[in-house]
Amino acid sequence: MADDYIKVPRFMGGPAGWISILFPAALFIYFAGLLPQIAQTPVMRGIDWVPSLGIRLSVILDGLSMTFALLITGIGTAVTLYSSRYLGDHPHYPRFVSYLLIFMVGMLGLVLADNLISVFVFWEVTTISSYLLIGFNADKAASRRSALQALLVTGAGGLILLAGIIVLGNIAGSYELSEILPQGDMIRAHPWYLAILLMFLAGAFTKSAQVPFHFWLPNAMAAPTPVSAYLHSATMVKAGVFLMARMNPALGGTDVWFWVLTIFGGVTAVFASVMALRQTDIKQVLAYTTLMALGTLTMFIGAGTHYAISAAMLFLVVHSLYKAALFLMIGIVDHSTGTRDATVLRGLGRAMPLTALAAALAALSMAGIPPLVGFVGKEYMYKASLGLDQGMIWVTAMTFAASALMFVAGGIVALKPFRGQLAETPHKAHEGPWQMLAGPLVLGALSLTFGLMPDLLGEYIVGPGARAVYGPHEDLHLHLWGGLNAALYLSLATFAAGLLLYLVHTRIRSALTRIENRNPIDFDAGWDRLLDGFKAFAAWQTGLIQTGSLQRYMAVIFGAFIVMVGGTYLVKGAFSGLPGLSQAEAHPVQWTVLALIAVGSILVVWTHSRMTAVAGMGVVGIGVSLIFIIFSAPDVAITQLLVEVLVVVLVSLVMLRLPYLPRRSSKNFRTGHAIIAGGVGVVTTFLMISVLGSDFDPRLTEFFEKASYPDAHGRNIVNVILVDFRALDTFGEITVVTMAAIAAYALLRGVKKAVPDDEREA
Amino acid sequence: MQSLILTTTTRLLVALLLVFSVYALLRGHNLPGGGFIGGLIGATAFILYAIAASVEDAARALKVDPANIAMLGVGVAGLSGLSAGLANQPFFTGQWLFLFAEDGGKGIPISSVLFFDIGVYMAVFGGILTLVFALEREI
Repeated sequence: MADDYIKVPRFMGGPAGWISILFPAALFIYFAGLLPQIAQTPVMRGIDWVPSLGIRLSVILDGLSMTFALLITGIGTAVTLYSSRYLGDHPHYPRFVSYLLIFMVGMLGLVLADNLISVFVFWEVTTISSYLLIGFNADKAASRRSALQALLVTGAGGLILLAGIIVLGNIAGSYELSEILPQGDMIRAHPWYLAILLMFLAGAFTKSAQVPFHFWLPNAMAAPTPVSAYLHSATMVKAGVFLMARMNPALGGTDVWFWVLTIFGGVTAVFASVMALRQTDIKQVLAYTTLMALGTLTMFIGAGTHYAISAAMLFLVVHSLYKAALFLMIGIVDHSTGTRDATVLRGLGRAMPLTALAAALAALSMAGIPPLVGFVGKEYMYKASLGLDQGMIWVTAMTFAASALMFVAGGIVALKPFRGQLAETPHKAHEGPWQMLAGPLVLGALSLTFGLMPDLLGEYIVGPGARAVYGPHEDLHLHLWGGLNAALYLSLATFAAGLLLYLVHTRIRSALTRIENRNPIDFDAGWDRLLDGFKAFAAWQTGLIQTGSLQRYMAVIFGAFIVMVGGTYLVKGAFSGLPGLSQAEAHPVQWTVLALIAVGSILVVWTHSRMTAVAGMGVVGIGVSLIFIIFSAPDVAITQLLVEVLVVVLVSLVMLRLPYLPRRSSKNFRTGHAIIAGGVGVVTTFLMISVLGSDFDPRLTEFFEKASYPDAHGRNIVNVILVDFRALDTFGEITVVTMAAIAAYALLRGVKKAVPDDEREA
Repeated sequence: MQSLILTTTTRLLVALLLVFSVYALLRGHNLPGGGFIGGLIGATAFILYAIAASVEDAARALKVDPANIAMLGVGVAGLSGLSAGLANQPFFTGQWLFLFAEDGGKGIPISSVLFFDIGVYMAVFGGILTLVFALEREI
């Protein structure tokens, strides 16, 4: 097999490489060019997709989607450039970048779409591409499990989100965000508001990995490092946050919204940052700090004031910058040394100075140390949390705890591995290539630039973003130095607490390990139990329903028919309203046909030979086609006749190989079947009488009669309907006929090869 | 089971049935018949042959795998529907061409609808024969 692989040219990973790099780069430049315009007013463009269902591919480009679009394309460029070296010689590299580009398109569509149905479709595109990317190393069982877990958790949330979108669309009378968002007051007052909110949050919380749906994200680190940096840190997991921010004008601002988001967000943030200290694999530390960031973002979007929303938008950018850089950095370290273990890595600074520089910039930003932009972000979060009317203490406390722990995580990730004496690693440490260094260095430099010039960020990105989420508001001013205020004191306290915790973090880690070993609640194992439960349930209900006995299937189908149709008659009292049978006067010819059918039916019931029964069925069928002829429907009659002949031939082919019917079937068995057969007969008779007795709406018949020859050039109305007026139906039918024939063929081919029954049981 | 009478008459009948099936197909738009009925009659011809001689003989006489005929039929029907797109009309709008038409008459009508019906014929014919051949062979 290995010989079949296309040898990937070295330069930039070949065509797959440079296409994947140039595509996001070009888009980034395009979006960046629109920045000044977006800072003023949103731009919208669109095309109709399914006009009959009111589905448009319309685009909403405002501060919020612009922020995301820049992150997606900008970090996308860094990541694809990085991948061209990280995976450039991998045999499946072209496949990898295809997935990555599919994701990129999906994510861009998700943030740019103005139509909620389109948002959902792109949402699923990101879910599926995430599945493919997590499972990229498909030969590893852990990768496959993690990929499936992520797919099922986010996919289930996506389905609930779809339900919420449909309900919301019905209430608002449109799926266009531009028409839904201004109706916020009406939606919040609607009795279905709570249901809609919970369905949207189910989608957002699973996608953005909020507790208790968080467990898939650390597992998703089975993906190659560029994927972790891109999807599972900077962009895709923020789709849930994006959705909450986007829907804020329509769904936000209520007490439920406030408390659900701040509590889940706060718990996620603190739980995740504690768990981050527990990890030894640096990539896992980063995964948990990502969870912390997602929790914080959720909490501040929930808090809902202009300050809080601005803090969320600011932190969104800050986090993407430093976290993507850190992930890419640890990828370089992993590539170079062959390990990501925080307890092993030491003293890499001398061997990898540029990596160390990038790591330092990013980690300082993560720890919130001036003059990095992380400090501005943290200050702003404190300012926002202290300004809250309700929940001030909760949000401030959660922010404080999470920030202090982030400080520790920053040290673990970027300080310890680079300081001190160089430790033994599987490979000898060396600096990474420029393609891999470019991304983290540029991102780190941006963290520094924006830290020194925060107003640049405020004016073009965060300000317009907050306006899009919160609504019109006075301009936003970000400062590196905000004066001596409460936020600054909290920052200083954060540093102090963080420093203390860092000094004892190895002891905290071992303590946490002990606690975790005794902790009975394990989400990941719980997930396995849930899946096992599903499988057991599926096996149980399949055994219950799919008995493999054709007789039982028929009994259930016809029994259901009697109960449902007959039951409807009983409930509606329709039996009494039937026209009298005296109206039905029949011609002697019709009586003869009727007698023929009756004889055929009795023969079927009476005989012990399957072949005779089949022949009897044929007699019934021919009788029915005679009735069609009497009532001048030659096409139907011919078809019926031919089908009857074919059925007799087909069934007798099968029956020839079956044994004789048992002569003595039990009395209960026969009685039961007689009741079902009689019931079907009675119900069908009543059904036919009531159908014939009801007023016939002749509009369709008249239309076909009138239009058949002039419009469709045919005098045989039945055929004209089949091949012209309702051609799409016929097309569907012949497709089914063909598929059924092929499926039956495959089944019959399998009969011979099938394993014996006793083996199948096991 | 070989019956001389059946085998002999079958030779005549098969040819007749096949011609008749095409006749039913072509006249279907104005008189009883059409692709579905035509396909059923055509399939009957080969089933008769399979019973009188053997499945292998019938399959050899058919030359093509019936499943391919069925799939081709679905393709022909779908393409005939798509042809409306060339005239910038909705899917499955009938396209008509009247050859040698004189005033008031319709001449020889050739239409996408006819091709659609031919597709139906092939799908039914191929589908049923796939099933019958498989049943006769495998059971």
